Amino acid sequence: MTEYAVAAVWPFYGLDVATATERPRGIELRALTKSYGDVQAVRAIDVTIAPGETLALLGPNGAGKSTTIDMMLGLTRPDSGTVTLFGSSPTDAVDAGLVGGMLQTGSLLDYLSVRELVTMVASLYPHPLKVEDVLELTGTRDFADRPTTKLSGGQTQRVRVAIALVADPELLVLDEPTAALDVEGRRDFWHSMRAVAARGKTIVFATHYLEEADAYADRIILMARGRIVADGPPTVIKAKVGGRTIRVTLPDVALADVSALPGVATAEQRGDAFTLTCLDSASSDLALRSLLGRFLAARDVEVRGAGLEEAFLNLTGEDPGDVSPGSAR
Amino acid sequence: MKQFTYVRYEVLRTIRNRRFLIFSLIFPLILFYAIAGQHRSAVTDGISFPLYFMTGMMAFGSMNAVVSSGGRIAAERQVGWTRQMRVTPLKTRTYFFAKVLTGYLMALFSIVVLALAGTSLGVRLDATQWLTMLGLILVGLLPIATMGIMLGHLVTVDSLGPALGGVTSLLSLLGGAFGPLATTGTLLTVVKLLPSYWIVQAGKTALGGSDWPTEAWIVIAVWTVVLGRITALAYRRVTARV
Repeated sequence: MTEYAVAAVWPFYGLDVATATERPRGIELRALTKSYGDVQAVRAIDVTIAPGETLALLGPNGAGKSTTIDMMLGLTRPDSGTVTLFGSSPTDAVDAGLVGGMLQTGSLLDYLSVRELVTMVASLYPHPLKVEDVLELTGTRDFADRPTTKLSGGQTQRVRVAIALVADPELLVLDEPTAALDVEGRRDFWHSMRAVAARGKTIVFATHYLEEADAYADRIILMARGRIVADGPPTVIKAKVGGRTIRVTLPDVALADVSALPGVATAEQRGDAFTLTCLDSASSDLALRSLLGRFLAARDVEVRGAGLEEAFLNLTGEDPGDVSPGSAR
Repeated sequence: MKQFTYVRYEVLRTIRNRRFLIFSLIFPLILFYAIAGQHRSAVTDGISFPLYFMTGMMAFGSMNAVVSSGGRIAAERQVGWTRQMRVTPLKTRTYFFAKVLTGYLMALFSIVVLALAGTSLGVRLDATQWLTMLGLILVGLLPIATMGIMLGHLVTVDSLGPALGGVTSLLSLLGGAFGPLATTGTLLTVVKLLPSYWIVQAGKTALGGSDWPTEAWIVIAVWTVVLGRITALAYRRVTARV
């Protein structure tokens, strides 16, 4: 993957927390564990993120994404295990201005205009971007002189992006950044994130939308109940969780003919009953059309989409009824 | 210099928040003219009533200024801004320092306006006396400012207004800001243990040319240290939970 090559050209690395001779080490989570009472939010996860990588933490609510992010940012102390950001502790990396965070909750500081707020935050960092450039990039310039309390939800979210970006951090951590946005807002948001990624910055974001993780991440880590259940490029993860299953009864048809249908990834036969798997909904639509077109005797057609939750349960091999208290929140 | 930008915007925010001025400035000013204006030649606690009441209103107004500045931490905590700030290089002590400094600047503003009001009702002090009074009030405000930060961590936003208003009003009343509560006896002994008493006494001390008694310094120091410890514990508890 190309992002590993980015590690070689690392313009601002090492100015504050490491000596110039040290190699960039990216982000390392080792045996990271955190419980809240009886609920094990994060269970001994290990992750290594290369500098320049855009990583999605994908999972349903309660998977442990936010807790992982809070520990990465030094907001929550792990019960055991370590977080290392570019060779430093999270707190030291944050103090050195290497980290920008956009938290899930949080509104803006009042009695300031958007421009004033971004300027105020910029003043806290050693090498901030120019405020006007950030306003431009995040599409906040049009309302930069408006008070922070007189913004729409989408505008507020853009300002929060601006606050995270103005630091010009090496690592940008975003906790469900598009949760409050409509379709257009999402597109604009990811447009500005692409500009950040293009500058070689590392981006880690949490989401429960597979499409979003697929479209914008180089790599997806799938979390469920505090564990990592899959880790890999979007195509691989998508095949695991985004698939559709078609069940159909086809009298007197050979398995090979069914397997050859467009869009079908795998096919199984049990008597007249066939089970076909497709990687995504587009493939299953395609498969279904040709299936019904070619085999007029097809009946009892059933298409099932694996929801994220269900897909996770399949991957973890846990029974849906076996949900421990609190973990399904 | 970078920290200065942060503090500058904090001050700007406070000035724009008009509600802030009501109890720290407008209310004390109205009370001063309404009450001291009618008793211009009276003598209270051994000094002229306008001087006594001016100092009392300075104490009331400046206490409101420093306490509410720290108290606004609760609001910033509730909307998640404090968490956002913890993901920046801003030091926790700078964050608190900005709050205290802002409170002090607002307190200073209200003290100066009340001094002008006092002068308009015939209060006359020489430069040394004004400065002594100002200095003592500012020192006396230390435990009050600390208390604001403490309440900002202990109290929810909904109950913060009544909590801050109640505490400062009670301290002002007991400290004699609205008129001496007691000049002798057990009550005086108790009242002398309050920082607000010594803030109100700053006017008299300045006029008498004598310093605060050692007792005053001890009271202020003990309150500041104790409230500071509680604040540190409250801060640790609040940040550990998230």
